Amino acid sequence: MKQTINLKVNGEACQIDVEPRTLLVYAIREILNLTGTHVGCDTSSCGACTVLMNGKAVKSCTLFAVQADGCEITTVEGLAKQDELHPIQQSFKEKHGLQCGFCTPGMMMLACEILQASEEMSEENLRKLLKGNLCRCTGYQNIVDSIADAKARMTAVA
Amino acid sequence: MIPASFEYFRANSVDEAIEMMAKYGDEAKILAGGQSLIPMMKLRFARPAKLIDIGRIDSLRYITLDGDTVKIGGLTTHRDLETSNLIAEKIPVLAECAHEIADLQIRNVGTIGGSLAHADPSADYPPVMLALDATVVARGQNGTREISINDFFISPFTTALGQDELLIEVKIPAMKSNEKGAYIKIAHPATGFGVVNCAVKIALSNGKITNARVAFGSFVTVPYRDESIEKFLQEKEATVDTIKQASEMVAEGKDIIGDYYADADYRRNLAKAVFLRVMKKALNLDS
Repeated sequence: MKQTINLKVNGEACQIDVEPRTLLVYAIREILNLTGTHVGCDTSSCGACTVLMNGKAVKSCTLFAVQADGCEITTVEGLAKQDELHPIQQSFKEKHGLQCGFCTPGMMMLACEILQASEEMSEENLRKLLKGNLCRCTGYQNIVDSIADAKARMTAVA
Repeated sequence: MIPASFEYFRANSVDEAIEMMAKYGDEAKILAGGQSLIPMMKLRFARPAKLIDIGRIDSLRYITLDGDTVKIGGLTTHRDLETSNLIAEKIPVLAECAHEIADLQIRNVGTIGGSLAHADPSADYPPVMLALDATVVARGQNGTREISINDFFISPFTTALGQDELLIEVKIPAMKSNEKGAYIKIAHPATGFGVVNCAVKIALSNGKITNARVAFGSFVTVPYRDESIEKFLQEKEATVDTIKQASEMVAEGKDIIGDYYADADYRRNLAKAVFLRVMKKALNLDS
């Protein structure tokens, strides 16, 4: 039996009907048609499905949509403001943080939580925080560079 | 992957959750963060007919100090523990342990109560809880009871919790100034599952070990405290020589899990090496 849940997705309130077993990632992709969030491994390993739930990075393939009832969800589509890229997007673009692009939405959403932290972050710690996101193209170096660049960009503005 | 269909119930209080558990019996499973349960349901290793979601019971999410005891609500996330100033000050080894769990996204959602009740023998918490003399607080229809962590893990994925009992709190004695703790996990690099993990808590006085807690997990079906090693360490000098001798006793007489990636002999040897590393870390010894 379907249940009605309320979400605030990228700032917009929405009401959807889901089966209890519907995973959050499928609610986002197939009901809300926001296909920027990817399904990679579907086994909680790769992080391609990472979104922010109430500001925290979560794996949307490992949550039921009903668990997110009443929560604020931010997906990759919610990053840019009109034509202006979010600093993390600008940095991924400039520092070549992607090749095929499949892991990129998840990488950027994880980065969004990391970037909220006010303290300095060593490259080692940054790499450790990327543990839950897999990239088969870049070898990670450019992703680490991109996040560090975004951090510098955002600190300069703040 | 899509889990089998189930009926979903959200409990808004501990009492409501316990009522639902009593009503639905073994048809129902508790959903806390779901970071172990949901993957198992997706693989259809678990097919509960009903899920009771306790994730919104905010009163179960806390870390407080009561005298010399740290009290942790069952719904406290791994990330909460990893970043808590109180834990960093009173039980730093628990913060280290929480930091080792899975990845940031999982730690943001997964809970200490969920992990303990799931009782995966390769999980991070069990050896640490055993070394720290933790107590699990469970509430059911017949009231609240305390279960020593030594009696909590029964067999893989089975605990001493009753059918209608909810794990509501974990109580851990704050570490004293002469006590040192350490935890190390060796995980399979691809799956992330523990191959060997070991936690210790050592009390020292004038360079002598006055009390020791030594616990292991991952290579046995039920995480355990090794009381022979604890006894051996008692009143010994805290030296490399002492811990080398003790390491010979690691996993003695234990039935060790072996699999395609790490056979039993390998894990036995690794357990000795990990024990040495943990002890050196706790006692701040070189070489």
